[in-house]
Amino acid sequence: MLKQIEGSQAVAQTVALSRPEVICAYPISPQTHIVEGLGELVKSGALAPCEFINVESEFAAMSVAIGSSAAGARTYTATASQGLLFMAEAVYNASGLGLPIVMTVANRAIGAPINIWNDHSDSMSQRDCGWIQLFAAHNQEAADLHIQAFKLAEELSMPVMVCMDGFILTHAVERVDIPAQTEVDAFLPPYEPRQVLDVNEPVSIGAMVGPEAFMEVRYLAHAKQLMALERIPQIAAEFAERFGRTTGGLVRGYRCQDADTIVVALGSVIGTLKDTVDELRDDGLRIGVLGIHSFRPFPLAAVRAALEHAKRVVVLEKSFSVGLGGVVSTDVRLALSGLGLQGYPVVAGLGGRAITKASLARMLREAVADQLQPLTFLDLDWRIVNRQLEREAATRRSGPIAENLLRDVGTVASKVS
Amino acid sequence: MHQSVKFYQTGTFTVGNRLLAPEQRSVQASTERSNSLNSGHRACQGCGEALGARYAVDAAMRATGNQLIAANATGCLEVFSTPYPETSWQLPWIHSLFGNAAAVGTGIAAALKVKAIKAGQEHSPVRVIAQGGDGGTTDIGFGCLSGMFERNDDVLYLCYDNEAYMNTGVQRSSATPPAARTATTMAVGAHPGAEFGQGKNLPLIAMAHEIPYVATATVADLRDLEAKVEKAMSIHGARYLHILVPCPLGWGAASHDTIRLARLARETGIFPVFEAEHGEVTAVTKIRHHVPVEEYLRPQKRFAHLFGTPGHPEMLAKIQADADRNIRRFKLLDEAPQEA
Repeated sequence: MLKQIEGSQAVAQTVALSRPEVICAYPISPQTHIVEGLGELVKSGALAPCEFINVESEFAAMSVAIGSSAAGARTYTATASQGLLFMAEAVYNASGLGLPIVMTVANRAIGAPINIWNDHSDSMSQRDCGWIQLFAAHNQEAADLHIQAFKLAEELSMPVMVCMDGFILTHAVERVDIPAQTEVDAFLPPYEPRQVLDVNEPVSIGAMVGPEAFMEVRYLAHAKQLMALERIPQIAAEFAERFGRTTGGLVRGYRCQDADTIVVALGSVIGTLKDTVDELRDDGLRIGVLGIHSFRPFPLAAVRAALEHAKRVVVLEKSFSVGLGGVVSTDVRLALSGLGLQGYPVVAGLGGRAITKASLARMLREAVADQLQPLTFLDLDWRIVNRQLEREAATRRSGPIAENLLRDVGTVASKVS
Repeated sequence: MHQSVKFYQTGTFTVGNRLLAPEQRSVQASTERSNSLNSGHRACQGCGEALGARYAVDAAMRATGNQLIAANATGCLEVFSTPYPETSWQLPWIHSLFGNAAAVGTGIAAALKVKAIKAGQEHSPVRVIAQGGDGGTTDIGFGCLSGMFERNDDVLYLCYDNEAYMNTGVQRSSATPPAARTATTMAVGAHPGAEFGQGKNLPLIAMAHEIPYVATATVADLRDLEAKVEKAMSIHGARYLHILVPCPLGWGAASHDTIRLARLARETGIFPVFEAEHGEVTAVTKIRHHVPVEEYLRPQKRFAHLFGTPGHPEMLAKIQADADRNIRRFKLLDEAPQEA
């Protein structure tokens, strides 16, 4: 049914349609509206039988999820930012144990300085944790990906993160088609665990593994991600057939066929990029967009196939590996090994810095002219950066960086352009 | 799966007084006991934790008709019981992390509750225990434990307290007693061993959550331990059982002294044995033969610096005063001990 609805509520309603049995959560912005929505559905009895557990930390949230999933219940939680970092030990544990938990990450920056707005630093920090990471470009996809995620997770017995941009998607009201329960039931079968704590068939889960088999256990986690590379597009196709729309999959291109320049991106910025590319196309620039929807497993072959006929690639990413540069860019480079493409990592939108069409168009024109630097920070305010560097050179006790910069900016309002 | 236990000795404590009348026999006296923590594990000789865990889990298994699932914190108990690909556990068992056993227990209980509702049952016939050492309970696992308590989740948490991080090589925990030598509170300097005035009393903290049942026990009174486990399993909601389990390696004690030291901990007043319901003490085990703390401390090398020349008589006096305070506080003697 078509609804004009907040992204978080769309996700809450689709998670509910997936018939979760245990939901646990600790509040953190911008994830809160999702678990509030689910909490109300459980409390009202609409989701019965389902347990909603208000835990004391994100570490406990993932730990409760581990227990309930191992005991055979379909389990869901959601988090963001500091919360994802606080649960990191249990995040690795859930994938190491092969428990098919589904978790929404309402992508948000990581402090310090504390910042509640969107970028991809949080889920990228868990890049190597063994979870499948799917990225939503819009709220319809965010909703749909949760149904696909439960199917994928349970088939492979591996946990899945559905990443959606905090505020930009979680708090945006858009038109979303919420499927009927019968449709979801036909797509998503009941959870049949591969391993379960069962008194009639006792097993020990989580035994210590030494050098004799540890590498093999870890390889098998990789093997499951390779299986996911095959299953993700199949599940997206099954979903499209049943629900009549294409969401998910590994990568999706936009006007890439004859493009000399292709911009690679994840998440909601894909929409802004498509609009920008349309305008640049009107000016005669042959440019396209490649959206990555599965970041782990990383679709090396699909990315290579989509990009190999282009002349240059811009990777626009809301994440930053301090001391190196791009996070996604590094993976894209690997996909392009041996090809003579020019590659431009562009770090943008950190901590909620708005990514405008004007800035994107300016940057992309420079890219097409091969005038971009090896590493670009979109809309970086060099004036306040340099002023701080001068301050640090001039005086030993230069003080806290964030406060200095805010004083220099002279405002506490978010910078838009 | 199930196999009868074969006894090679009779009439001893280890087989639970099987020569007594049937109604007086321990769970351990039955050849049909679940033997949840099977033989062949790798605990040290004289391990108090292995003994306590076997009695506690077998008692919980009997109380539930073998309908039991265990969550286990990282630590000695986890390491010695499940070196891959072997396992000593005869019940469904999960180890996740060091600090989350209580939360994993909560998750299992939630899943079981949903299954029970789907089956039209009020309560799940399958019950949950979570267990860990003192480090996994009083320190790194404390947040999850407190959360499990305050939500009154249907989990029995068993803490096997050997008063330090034994698995990593005897480092101080918040359950390490004052003056005890550990690898991080060495017996050097003017104030050797662990500090006075530090550490936490988890049974009292558990009581402050006003959960239905809190009890302490030692491996010197295994029948008492069994009875407390059975009582705990007769109750729904959060329950906490704190079991003193001497560690021959960490305490520097003879492996044949494990039971004796546990008994002396109780008989000196150092470790009060009691039960509490909804935050109020309901029963205490009285001291039968009151002895000075020195008798408990002397056989343990972790306290060796208190004795000899010059020794630390002032620290010994403080430990005695603490034990006397326990005796007054929990009314462990019918007559309060004389002030030193």
